[in-house]
Amino acid sequence: MLVNNFLLLGAVLFCIGVYGVIVRKNAVLVLMSIELILNSVNINLLAFDQMHGNNDGGVFALYIIAVAAAEVGVGLAMVLLIFRNRKTISLDDLSEMKG
Amino acid sequence: MFASETESAIHESAGWFLEHAWLIPLIPAIAFFLIIFFGKRCPKGGSEIALASMGASLVIAAGAAYQWIDRVGASAEGEAGGLLRGFFGAGRVAEGEGEGEAAGEVVHHLEPVIRGQRWFSIGDLEVGIGSHIDGLAIMMLLLVAFISTLVLLYSTEYVRGDRRYTHFFASITLFSAGMLTMVLAPNMAQFILGWEIMGLCSFLLIGHWWEELPNAKAALKAFFTVRTGDMGLLVGTGMLLAMFGTLDIGGEHGINTQAAAFVGDHKTLALAAIALFIAAIGKSGQFPLHTWLPDAMAGPTPVSSLLHSSTMVVAGVFLVARLYPVFQVGLDITVAGNHFNLIAVIGGITILIAAGLAFVQNDIKKVLAYSTVSQLGYMMMGLGVGAWVPAVFHIFTHAFFKCCLFLCAGSVAHTGSHHSFDMKKDMGGLRKKMPITFWTWIVSTAALCGVPFFSGFFSKDEIIDSAHGNHYTVFFIVGLVGAFLTTAYMTRATYLTFFGKARGGAAHFVNEHEDHLHEPAHDEGHAEAADDHGAQAHDDHGHDDHHAPITHGKPLPFAPDDSPWQITVPLIILGTLAVLSGYLNAAPFHIEKMHEWLHSSIGVTLPEAPVFEWVNALPSILLVAAGFAVSLYLSKAVFGDAPSPLKGLTRRNSLLGAGHKFLVNKYYLDALYENVIVRGIAYPISRAAYWTNQNILDGIVNGVGKSGKRTGELVYKYIDQGLVDGVVNGSGATATGAGGALQPVQSGKVNLYGALLFGAAAVGALVLVLVNS
Repeated sequence: MLVNNFLLLGAVLFCIGVYGVIVRKNAVLVLMSIELILNSVNINLLAFDQMHGNNDGGVFALYIIAVAAAEVGVGLAMVLLIFRNRKTISLDDLSEMKG
Repeated sequence: MFASETESAIHESAGWFLEHAWLIPLIPAIAFFLIIFFGKRCPKGGSEIALASMGASLVIAAGAAYQWIDRVGASAEGEAGGLLRGFFGAGRVAEGEGEGEAAGEVVHHLEPVIRGQRWFSIGDLEVGIGSHIDGLAIMMLLLVAFISTLVLLYSTEYVRGDRRYTHFFASITLFSAGMLTMVLAPNMAQFILGWEIMGLCSFLLIGHWWEELPNAKAALKAFFTVRTGDMGLLVGTGMLLAMFGTLDIGGEHGINTQAAAFVGDHKTLALAAIALFIAAIGKSGQFPLHTWLPDAMAGPTPVSSLLHSSTMVVAGVFLVARLYPVFQVGLDITVAGNHFNLIAVIGGITILIAAGLAFVQNDIKKVLAYSTVSQLGYMMMGLGVGAWVPAVFHIFTHAFFKCCLFLCAGSVAHTGSHHSFDMKKDMGGLRKKMPITFWTWIVSTAALCGVPFFSGFFSKDEIIDSAHGNHYTVFFIVGLVGAFLTTAYMTRATYLTFFGKARGGAAHFVNEHEDHLHEPAHDEGHAEAADDHGAQAHDDHGHDDHHAPITHGKPLPFAPDDSPWQITVPLIILGTLAVLSGYLNAAPFHIEKMHEWLHSSIGVTLPEAPVFEWVNALPSILLVAAGFAVSLYLSKAVFGDAPSPLKGLTRRNSLLGAGHKFLVNKYYLDALYENVIVRGIAYPISRAAYWTNQNILDGIVNGVGKSGKRTGELVYKYIDQGLVDGVVNGSGATATGAGGALQPVQSGKVNLYGALLFGAAAVGALVLVLVNS
């Protein structure tokens, strides 16, 4: 039962995160949404960790937190540079990758 | 009380100092970081931190030694009472075999104090870090802490004003920490840790003045030569781990216990012992890897006296002594009828060749370096012939007198000969001017030569005696010849340094000293040497090219007579110990303290040491006297003022000349290593590789290329143009079409990309669920 609740929470967070990534036009908000996705995965891992009663999931969660920290550091740095150069962080204006 | 020691060891306190022995290496280790980070800001450049930390270690080591001796006494009284006293005391000769066995059994119960905690674990193997205290460890701890303290004191004067003063003290402190770590090691992992720290510090300190190429080269040579041996340490440790399933040295299931009762494949144990012995050869400068040790004299003199004579280089001997059951069983050391084994042979060869080389050195430190190699040979030979306690005792006495000799050499160079170590060019006639240095040198030399009633006599003679007693007759003779040679080369060195006419730098010091005492600055070269006698004025390695006139200045203004107190005080202390340390184990007077304290560290039963009789010692005493007389006569004839037919004999007599040249070239061992082995291996391989490259590989490549070209032409004409091009063009057109269709997807909008990603993931998840259900 307990695990179910955790998984549901994770799923909800994940959906909110995906929604944010798809809909939001502000780069910072997109990054925040990605964090939500990552943390929903963490919750899943910890839930299974509890279920199996060992520490493997917790270790993975720690890794993910570390990676997420690095990712957000790089991401925010990029956003900052983009803002300096263009005075905007709206993703609609950033379509240089158009094929 | 001690019978149940193994079970209740953790709960039972063995005394504060024994419980807290881990502090002994830890304090210098912390001090190292303090010196590195804050040393330059300290008023004395970090040397005070180094001295304080070593002093603290020394105090703890001394306390531990006291408690250990107490423990030995308690165990002896508790188990055997008066019987054991009789055995260890004066009545030993009178007592029979029966008591000997009983006493051995009692000593066996004296378990080492092993403390520690988990360091790391690999699978089921837990590796601890901690302390393993027994008689051997206690002796080495005390020795290293004591000599380090004295040498640090000496260094405060000797390297004063050096450009890397702080780093010098940091490295020495780290070295002490490493050596103490190794000595305390309860398992092979910690042993290797300490061993490698020492190797690193040796490298750093030999190359302390790395601006000069020979110093840097010597440091590299030392490092690589020792590393060659270190491979053996890793291989041997791996083999022990495979055989015994543990890295612990002592304890119930430790390597020593299992090796002593070894029943498995004898050849494997022998190979492990040989591998470990190769490490000992490298570290302890045994033949054939001894060549690095004399070159290591390029380092500052305190380094030579601490690392390369008294402490670090005995690490190899310590390794053999520590894991003695492995060697004793693996190499059949005390099996009856065995008159040779690897350790004794290597030790014996080392004694003789190193002593031979010491005769042709002009550099006083090189004489001492070869002497060290030779004495290390004695220790190794002692272990090889089953004389464990005498060999370990020789480590103890040798440390004092050899350290003292090196410090004397440093004192002479520092004060008397203007930083030159060349005995023929810059020394002579110094005995009146430097009385303290002279007398401590004489006392230590007497100890080194084995003059009766000096410390070296008691240790060395017992090794030689045991070689005889254990039927290693060849090594008995080798030991005697070694004693003769030792006396002879030390007499030569003493004569050249302190007697005769003063030459070069010493002449300035002895003769013109009064005239120049009050002159503020002399010539340009010396002004620098006096103000900042670190830097290049510290010509510490005696290579001829550094004897430019610029260092032949005038005497240092601070030296009215002998060296300053920071130098003479350690000399006096060490000189005193060069006499007194022998009386801890003086067989002629039936004092056997070392046997008593160290016996439990051996781990195997060894044959009883032969009973001392003056008749047995007579050959070595006579040979020492003969060596002194012959060498004095020759030295006077060759180096003295009076004309003598012996002068220039090596130039006139071609046979002697050839012998001299052979020695000067160090038996061509360096040439062998560099020209024959390194080139012999590297050159043919590279040449063969080149030939293979040119003829075989190129031939193949060329052949393949030619036939390939011909095939290619045919293929081009028919297949390529006709078939392939059609396919390629067709697929290109298809791709263009598909690309055009998909182009809108590549909008450049990040959100869209995200949506695609999650959509694809969702589809993938769906597929996965469908497939699995």
